Amino acid sequence: MIAEAGLALLWLAASLALLQLALGIIGLRQKQDALLDGMRVIAGMQGLLVALSFCALIWIFLSSDMSVKLVATNSHSAKPWLYKLAGAWGNHEGSMLLWVMILALSGSLIALFEKSLSREMKAATLMAQAAISVGFYAFLLFSSSPFERLIPAAKEGVGLNPVLQDPGLVFHPPTLYVGYVGLSVAFSFAVGALLTQQVNAAFARAMRPWVLGAWVFLTLGITAGSYWAYYELGWGGWWFWDPVENASLMPWLAATALLHSVTVLATRDALRAWTVMLAVIAFSMSMLGTFLVRSGILTSVHAFAVDPERGTFILALLGLYIGGALLLFAMRIGAVREGKRFELVSRESALVVNNLFLSVILGLVLIGTLYPLIMQSFDKQVSVGPPYFNLTAGSVTLALVVFMATGPMIRWRHDEAQAVIRRLIIPIAVVFVALVGVVVMAPGISTLSAFGLVLSLGVGIASVAPLWRRNLRRTPLFTYGMVIAHLGVAVAMAGMAADSAFMKERLIALPVGGRTDVGPFSVRLAGIEPIVGPNWTALEARLEVARGARNLPPMLPQARTFTSPITETSEAAISTRWNGQIYAALGKSEVNGRWQLRLWWKPFVTLIWFGGILVALGGVLALWGRLRRQAVAEYRKGWG
Amino acid sequence: MKAKHQRLTLVLLACAAMIGAVLLAMSALSDKAAYFYAPGDVKRQGLPLDRPVRLGGMVQEKSIKRQADGVTITFIVEDGVSTVPVQFTGIVPDLFKEKSGVVAEGRFQKDGSFVADNLLAKHDEKYMPPELEGKMHKTGSVAK
Repeated sequence: MIAEAGLALLWLAASLALLQLALGIIGLRQKQDALLDGMRVIAGMQGLLVALSFCALIWIFLSSDMSVKLVATNSHSAKPWLYKLAGAWGNHEGSMLLWVMILALSGSLIALFEKSLSREMKAATLMAQAAISVGFYAFLLFSSSPFERLIPAAKEGVGLNPVLQDPGLVFHPPTLYVGYVGLSVAFSFAVGALLTQQVNAAFARAMRPWVLGAWVFLTLGITAGSYWAYYELGWGGWWFWDPVENASLMPWLAATALLHSVTVLATRDALRAWTVMLAVIAFSMSMLGTFLVRSGILTSVHAFAVDPERGTFILALLGLYIGGALLLFAMRIGAVREGKRFELVSRESALVVNNLFLSVILGLVLIGTLYPLIMQSFDKQVSVGPPYFNLTAGSVTLALVVFMATGPMIRWRHDEAQAVIRRLIIPIAVVFVALVGVVVMAPGISTLSAFGLVLSLGVGIASVAPLWRRNLRRTPLFTYGMVIAHLGVAVAMAGMAADSAFMKERLIALPVGGRTDVGPFSVRLAGIEPIVGPNWTALEARLEVARGARNLPPMLPQARTFTSPITETSEAAISTRWNGQIYAALGKSEVNGRWQLRLWWKPFVTLIWFGGILVALGGVLALWGRLRRQAVAEYRKGWG
Repeated sequence: MKAKHQRLTLVLLACAAMIGAVLLAMSALSDKAAYFYAPGDVKRQGLPLDRPVRLGGMVQEKSIKRQADGVTITFIVEDGVSTVPVQFTGIVPDLFKEKSGVVAEGRFQKDGSFVADNLLAKHDEKYMPPELEGKMHKTGSVAK
C-alpha cells in the first residue's frame, strides 16, 4: 500500500511539474501575473509531494517490505536499521528519487524564499526548473521506478553491498547530491535571466547565495567521499582519479569558477556572458556526472549496475538540456550588453585568470575521463589514471594557487603591479626560503610534491594577508569566508604534498608474535582473533604499536566476511596522531602461519580533509555574511 | 580599450586557454594512457615495453603460487589464445581467485612476463570489467 502511495505521489508531482512548465510558458507569453504567481504555489506543492514519496521509500526500506523489488534486491531484514535507512539511496532507483527530490525541493525553495528577483524572472526561473524536473520524472517513472512490486514477494532480501554498509553511506551521497542538484538552481537562474533579458549585477547578487550553498555541499560531499574511500577500500589512498570521483570533481571545479565570476558580476557588473555560460556548464557537469555514474559506462570501483537503456535515457536528457541552454545562449547573448571595463592589473583580471585556470583543469579532467570512452568507439581499450591526472591537473593547480594567493591582494578596477608585489613580499620571500629548505633537506622528493609543499606555505601566509592591518571587527563576514576558504586550500595542499613526499609503506607477512616497523613506529602482531558482528564475521589482528619506548593504543585491522551477500572486505585500522596517521590493513589468508600486513605511516595526511572542511566553512561564512547583509538591506528598505 | 574590445579579448583568451588544455591533454595522454592487453594481443602485437599497461584475462587453474616472502604471488593469465606469467607483491583483492577474471596494472618485462603493481578484481561477483568482456568475447574464451 505504501509503495503504491509513493508511486502515486510521484506521478502527481510529475504532473504538477508539467503544469508548472505550461503555466510558465503561457504566463510569460501573455504576461498574466496571476498565472505566474500560481507557479509558486505549484512549485511548493511539488517539492512537498516528492518529499512524501521519498519518505514512503524510506518507510518501505525500514520495514523491510520484501514485496517491493528494490528492497528485495538491495536490502536484508537482518541489516542494522541505519543501513536499511541509507540503503534507500544506496541503489540506482532510490538515488535517482533522492536526486529528483532535491531538484523539486530546490524549486520550492526558490518559490518560497527568493525575494530579490522580479516576478517575471522568478517565473522564468521556475519554468526552467520545471523543465528539468519533467525530464527526470520521466526517467524515474518510465525506466527506474523505485516502487515496482515483486510478485510473489521474496522471503528474504539479497542484501546491500558490504562496502556500502558504512556510516559514510548515510552522509556522503545526500550531501553530494544536494551540491550536484543545487547547481540546477544556477542553471535555471541563467536560463531565466536569458529569457527575460536581465543578465546584470542584480541577477548575480540573487544567484550568488544559491551557488555558494550548492558549492559548500559539494565541497563537503567530496571531502567526506574522499575520507570514506580512504578508510573503507583499505588501499591507503585518498583519491584514485576514478571516473566517479572525477564526476564529482568536475561540477565542483565549474562551481568554483562560477562562484568567483558571479562575484565579479555582482560587484563590478562585468563578465556577464561568461557567468551565464559557467552556470550552464556547472549543471551540465552535474548531469554528465549522473550519466557517467548511473550508466556504468566507464570502468570504475563504483560501477554498480550496467544498464544501456538507462544510460541512453540520461544521455538524451543531457543532450536536450545542455543543447537547449546553449541554443538559448547563442540566440540571446547578442542582446546582453557588454559589462563594465577593467584594467589589466585589477581584481577582475585576477578572477578572470582564476576562471581560465579552473576551466583548463576542468577541461583536462573531462578529457581524461572521457578519453577511454572515445577510444572505445575506435575499438581500442585504454585507461587513464593518476599518471595523467597528476601531471596535467596537478601542475595547472600549482599555477592556479599562485593566483589564488595574489588575487585578494589586488584592488578592484585598477592597481599598480609594483604595489601588489610589495604587499606580497613576505609570502614571496617565504616561498624562496622554503624552496631552498626543501631542496637541501629533502632532495629525493618529486617536483610536484616539492612545489606543493613550498607553495602551500606561501599561499597559506598570503591567504590571511587580506586581514593585515584591517579592523578585524569591522571586516565583513564574507571576507573572513574567503580568507578561510583560501587557507583551507593551502592546508589541503600541504597535506597532499606531505603525504606523497614522506609516506612510508611496509608490506610484510608476519607470524603471531612477529615484529616489523613502519616510519618511526615499531609494530608487533600480538594475535589474531575471530570475532562476530551483526551480519558479518571477521578475523581481527591485534597490533601493538610503539614509538621508541612509548606504547601507543593498539590497532585492530579486520578481514571481514559478510553473510548476505557473501562478500569479503578489509576493514583498515587507522590510528590518528597529531602529525599524521598510521594505517594498517590485514590480508585474509594465512600462509605457513604468517599473516599479510600492509602498513603505512602517512605524515600530515589528515590536513587534506581538514583543509576540505575549512574550505566548506569559508563558504558557510561567506553565505551567512551575504544573507545577513541582504536581510539588513531589505529591513532598511522596508523602513526607508 | 572599449568594452567591446575587452569582451573580444576575453573570448580570445578563453579560446586560447581551451586550446592549450586540449593540447596539453593530448600530449599527456599519448604518454600516460595505459592500453589494455589480453595475452593474445601480446602474441600478435609483440611486447609493449615502453609504458605501463593493463593486462586482463582469466587466472589459470592451479597457477597461483606463493613465494617464500609470504607477500609475493605468481600466477598465469590466459585468454584462450595465449598465456602470460604475472608476478604481484601485495595483498590480493578479495575476489581474486583461480578461474575468474582479473585486470593487472603494471609493466611487461623483456622475458615476456608481467610485473603487476595493482590487481583489480571487483567486489561484485557479477562484475566483469567492460573492456575485458569485449576482449573475451572476441577471443572466444567466454561462452555467453
